[in-house]
Amino acid sequence: MTTRRAVCAAVLLVSPVLLAGQTAAPQETGGVDPASLRRPLAESWPSYSGDYTGRRFSALTQVNRRTVKTLTLAWVSRVATGPGAAGRRPAGAPPIVIGGHGSEDAGVIGPATIKGSILQVDGVLYVTAPDHVWAVDARDGRELWRYYWKTRGGTHIGNRGAAIWKNYLFFETPDNYLVSIDARNGQERWNVEIADFEEQYFSTPAPIIVDNHVLVGTGNDLDMPGFLQSFDAETGKLEWKFYTVPMNPGDPGLESWPSLDAARHGGGQVWVPGVYDPDTRLYIFGTGNPTPAYTGVARRGDNLFTCSLIAVHVDTGKMAWYFQTSAHDTHDWDSAQTPILIDGAIDGRPRKLVSTASRNGYFYTLDRVTGQHIVTRRFGTATNWAKHLRFSGVVEPDLDKSATIPGTLVSPVEGGVTNWPPAAFSPNTGLFYTHEKNGFNIVYLSDPDPRGSMGLGGKTVANVGSAPNYLTAIDYKTGKVVWRHAFPSMTGTGGAGGVLATAGDLLFTGDAAGNFVAFDATNGKPLWHSRIGTITNAPQTHMIDGRQYVLAAVGDTLYAFVMY
Amino acid sequence: MGGPNLLRSAVMLNDQSGERLLPIIKGSRADAGMPAIELSEADAKAVAIYVHSVLATARAQGAPPPGDVPALNVLVGDAAAGEIYFKEKCVSCHSASGDLAGIASRVPDAVQLQNLWVAGGRNEPNDTENSPGRRDVTATITTAAGAKVEGRLDRIDDFIVSIVLADGTRRTFRRVDDSPKIEINDPLAVHRKLLETYFDRDMHNVTAFLVTLK
Repeated sequence: MTTRRAVCAAVLLVSPVLLAGQTAAPQETGGVDPASLRRPLAESWPSYSGDYTGRRFSALTQVNRRTVKTLTLAWVSRVATGPGAAGRRPAGAPPIVIGGHGSEDAGVIGPATIKGSILQVDGVLYVTAPDHVWAVDARDGRELWRYYWKTRGGTHIGNRGAAIWKNYLFFETPDNYLVSIDARNGQERWNVEIADFEEQYFSTPAPIIVDNHVLVGTGNDLDMPGFLQSFDAETGKLEWKFYTVPMNPGDPGLESWPSLDAARHGGGQVWVPGVYDPDTRLYIFGTGNPTPAYTGVARRGDNLFTCSLIAVHVDTGKMAWYFQTSAHDTHDWDSAQTPILIDGAIDGRPRKLVSTASRNGYFYTLDRVTGQHIVTRRFGTATNWAKHLRFSGVVEPDLDKSATIPGTLVSPVEGGVTNWPPAAFSPNTGLFYTHEKNGFNIVYLSDPDPRGSMGLGGKTVANVGSAPNYLTAIDYKTGKVVWRHAFPSMTGTGGAGGVLATAGDLLFTGDAAGNFVAFDATNGKPLWHSRIGTITNAPQTHMIDGRQYVLAAVGDTLYAFVMY
Repeated sequence: MGGPNLLRSAVMLNDQSGERLLPIIKGSRADAGMPAIELSEADAKAVAIYVHSVLATARAQGAPPPGDVPALNVLVGDAAAGEIYFKEKCVSCHSASGDLAGIASRVPDAVQLQNLWVAGGRNEPNDTENSPGRRDVTATITTAAGAKVEGRLDRIDDFIVSIVLADGTRRTFRRVDDSPKIEINDPLAVHRKLLETYFDRDMHNVTAFLVTLK
């Protein structure tokens, strides 16, 4: 259902009020041409991964292995949350636009944590956190406007960013609306409901724009089915809905569940944005874990298409292929990692590939046209849940490593060897870069009645230590680790945030001690750092006025670095 | 397993006050195996209200409402086999009549005891900074000029190392390449290494042995 609703400016700096039923005046000129999203990542950052490949590889070279030592702080900007103070705002204060269907007190408004990608278009940054979008001047960090969504409630765990199409932004809310706002002033265009709030869905992903499609995932912890949807960027009308688990008798994958009811409660959420191949018009994304998460006895079988890489056709939502990166997961190790498209060579032949480093500690490379399996290789040094490899390249899980009453010693921990913070790939080095965390948990089954094991319930875990944690470089052709950089740590924590790779042969990411670090992409040697705190998103880079900026978020604060 | 779990049922989650549940009680899903049940409208509504009252206590991340905590026996191991394992792998550092004497009295909960020994003791309850059993990570730092400083390791990353000397003084050194030279003595390093070697059976056996050390 499309709801067009009135939006009003919060306070005295009144922006024009839109009447119900009226859309913001569309300007067909200007803004981001969706065709431009196909360009490799360079000056701007117009989508979740910067471009469709998911490589997070910037062509910019001004900051490079030689010059990075002169990288210095350009500005710091802290984003403020909420609808703004009642009463008069100081002259010149940035406008706040308010939308949403909730009551004033449904949302607990605290400091933001920026856990998503930041768009950079024409010198403006678009920053998000749950219920919030900020436009920030990329040159000096000044807030230009704020959009605040009055929530109905729901899980406010994070937001992975906005998408832009022409002059319009799209973002998802924890209470399951896709909201389109005018990027020039924050005025709302429309909002549509994308999932059932009562069924405890909550939405965190950044939408992905392909032509006029807005691809939208959502999430749920309460045993509900996962799905990906496509909406019309102009009207907000639903175009198709693809369920990641069987929903009807005869659906593919149903044989991998004990019953249709188990499948329909089987999870497989679409937590994180995927990647897109314009040549095949396939959108490739990872799915979440099966549910109940820790109790497999109620859902014996492989539980398709949870913990899988799935390719769907963007125009129809029909699945072209899938590959399961965890069959019958029982540890909450979703496969919601943004995969990476690699144009590479296997056995001397050029191939169109897709690679992913999975939360479960295994690295995979597939043919992205056919889904044909090429590489499966363990990269988590302590990962211990597997029995053997099936002929298909799928890892056979050792069911004895599921939660048990007397406890099971498992690596990795719930958070996995890696998680949603994105990996990167450099075509210069041919290496795939990911964080690698090698912790151990003892996992106890605390409720032996499988009916009590809904969602993530039914277990308790104790963290009992960690093998070393690394920044890890993997050869996509073989899955072999080419180098590892160990993070010294007093507490067993690993690196923080996602990874950015650049044509300056640098990697930017956070270490375990609150440093923002530039590494040599060829060997993992740290070349530059600044202790700004624990990085909470993936670092990014862009070029404005001939200057290459490097951007990272720590909680509610943005840090921009530049060379003068 | 019985019928579907109402706490994760789309019908019940969307039901406000029985309007979605009532038709099912009256037999709208008889084809799917849910027979019509003789129940007055008022009673059926009361059932809906009851289910909602349970739903309201459900916990985060889809976990069910807290119920009775079942008493579970984690002691499935063989204490004699655990003792053999202990004598083989642990006695180079530990003793059942020395440092671990009475461990099962100090840590009477078997789950806590298992977590404690597998982790290498760092989470011993009631441990304070001054507990005699506390084992700090220490570091010996040799500067380029050859000076040696030793103390409790306070912080280390690729760029800085910081130690606290015996007199409480803190010394921080910038790290450049391999200088200064840092030797870390981490009493838990051995335990962390061992994590990769334990079979669950060994773990349960050792726990069963340790609970005998009252």
